Amino acid sequence: MPIVIILLLVLVGLVVVLLAWVAGAYNSLVRLRNQLQNAWAQIDVQLKRRHDLIPNLVETVKGYAKHERETFEKVTQARNMAVSAKTVGERAQAENVLTGALKSLFAVAEAYPELKANQNFLALQEELTSTENKISFSRQFYNDTVMTFNTRIQVFPTNFIANMFHFAPHDFFEVKAEEEREAPKVSFS
Amino acid sequence: MWEVIAANRRRSALLITVMAVILVLIGYSAGALIGGPDAGGFGVFVALGIMTVMLLVYFTSAESVLMHGTCARELKREDSPQLFNVVDEMRLASGLEFMPRIYLIDDPAPNAFAVGRKPETSAICVTTGLLYRLNRDELQGVIGHEVGHLKNRDVQFMTLAAVMLGTIVILSVIVRQYFWFGGRVRSRSSSRDGGGQLQIVILVVGLLFAILGPIMAQLLYFACSRKREYLADASSAQFTRYPEGLASALEKISQAHESLSSANQANAPMFIVNPLTAATGEADSVFSSHPPTTDRIRVLRAMTGASFADYEAAYRRTKSGSLIGSQTLKSATQQTIRAPSNEGPIQTRRETHAVTRRYHGYMRLHCNCGLDISVPEGYEQDTIRCFRCGSVLTIPAAAPASPVPPKAVIPPVIPGIAPPVLSAGSALQFHRTNRNSWESFRCACGRTIQLSPSFDAPHITCTACGRAIAIT
Repeated sequence: MPIVIILLLVLVGLVVVLLAWVAGAYNSLVRLRNQLQNAWAQIDVQLKRRHDLIPNLVETVKGYAKHERETFEKVTQARNMAVSAKTVGERAQAENVLTGALKSLFAVAEAYPELKANQNFLALQEELTSTENKISFSRQFYNDTVMTFNTRIQVFPTNFIANMFHFAPHDFFEVKAEEEREAPKVSFS
Repeated sequence: MWEVIAANRRRSALLITVMAVILVLIGYSAGALIGGPDAGGFGVFVALGIMTVMLLVYFTSAESVLMHGTCARELKREDSPQLFNVVDEMRLASGLEFMPRIYLIDDPAPNAFAVGRKPETSAICVTTGLLYRLNRDELQGVIGHEVGHLKNRDVQFMTLAAVMLGTIVILSVIVRQYFWFGGRVRSRSSSRDGGGQLQIVILVVGLLFAILGPIMAQLLYFACSRKREYLADASSAQFTRYPEGLASALEKISQAHESLSSANQANAPMFIVNPLTAATGEADSVFSSHPPTTDRIRVLRAMTGASFADYEAAYRRTKSGSLIGSQTLKSATQQTIRAPSNEGPIQTRRETHAVTRRYHGYMRLHCNCGLDISVPEGYEQDTIRCFRCGSVLTIPAAAPASPVPPKAVIPPVIPGIAPPVLSAGSALQFHRTNRNSWESFRCACGRTIQLSPSFDAPHITCTACGRAIAIT
């Protein structure tokens, strides 16, 4: 009976289309998740780079500004704390403290014109400025990707796939509002 | 921008198909015109051979060919760390997987372009005129625009089109040359039917190429939608979060009066601002490869946020019609514009000239009569005679270090900059005579090294051999 056969064919066709859509949605979610992990790793790379640049910077400035001991100690302490921070919140806070310490170090360097003309110092300053920019850009890209990923797993058709295969929403990389408002208490003893 | 990427892929496939069809038709008609229907097959064979050559060039070395065509030189990180850093920042902001190679054109006209078939082989080129005119925000905007082209796969399509057009032009020149020489040969072999036929086939094909070249250029301009420039502007605003940077960069570029000497009809669509009309101003006609710069600046300055949605809103307000596909707009969110950074030009005019001079390897010597002599790097002798007054000048060179070894100075290791090679046996030193101006000297390996007036380190690394030379 032709009608039954036609109906059967239509059903098979629908199933095939459904499976194709499921595969496509799953693949796009996997791709986004991998992109997310890669973006997170990029932030890590830039933060580490900043940690590695700081000892050189301190040595270079020390050669010209021997009397600014407190500033050097502040920077070194902040850097050690940032390296040893564990959780995401701790890390964000430690990195903010480090940024503040670096700002005061560069402010100190303004008073020494010979230092400002030193090729090494200028190269390091450029590298640090660029690393700050890179941190903010990689954070920006990470947050954009998190937004896309979270939206994708929450909108109507794809949320079934997401629940079926356990795709969980990710957090944004930013300091929570309360932590930002209160001044970080760091001891330099 | 998934719609743009998909559209560019389709356009590339379409371009290859259309070119193949046109070439086959030309081949067949040329052959049939001369020797009847059977010679048409030979014409098709020649046409397919040309097609294969084009595709081979494209798939193996398209970027090198295009870069050579514009006399661009590849830069290393230590020559311009700031430029590399700006490109690196945009790579992170856009999520590009590979770092593009960076090239420099020595030309006072400010402009930039990007080429590449795949992310791994992509390259960005800027002119020296751009580097000393723009500050960091503006340069970031321009690089963001080029990276936007790379991400949207515009460059894939443009590289293919440029290679095809270039091949047609070259082939037409070759065939025309052959025709001039073959004209004499033909009289000798005119008694042999086959030889004469071949000559005429090639003649007709060559004539067709010569006529077709300019027409192909116009077709190319129709095929390249001018919308892709607006889309790259939107990408740049999204990546940098600072549309005013690109807007003021475009303003500065369009106000510059120089025209780029290495631009021609084949590679003009690749640049950020049309180099052929940059100096004279342009009209918004169907025949131009770029939209008018004033429109682009107006859209960027009308943005209230930094995302694709904000660009689309600004585009709809200043010009009629929509630009960005709906799928991209659905996932675009509100983004705030960030504060401007207050860094000035990333390199002074002096520094950009120093970079290009380094590439040419020239050393500048000053004679007491007032003449400045540029000594090329391959100059082997130790002295040179002044052209004006005839006095003999010694070429400053690094001498082996004195027997008493200087106190060991351990240079700070800067990530990203190659550490100097300190080997006791080959220690060299150079004594500076003038700290207030640029000074050049020759390393033992022959490389010219230039010291700027602000150079203050205890030693410098030769970029050719890696030796550390103590500067006293």
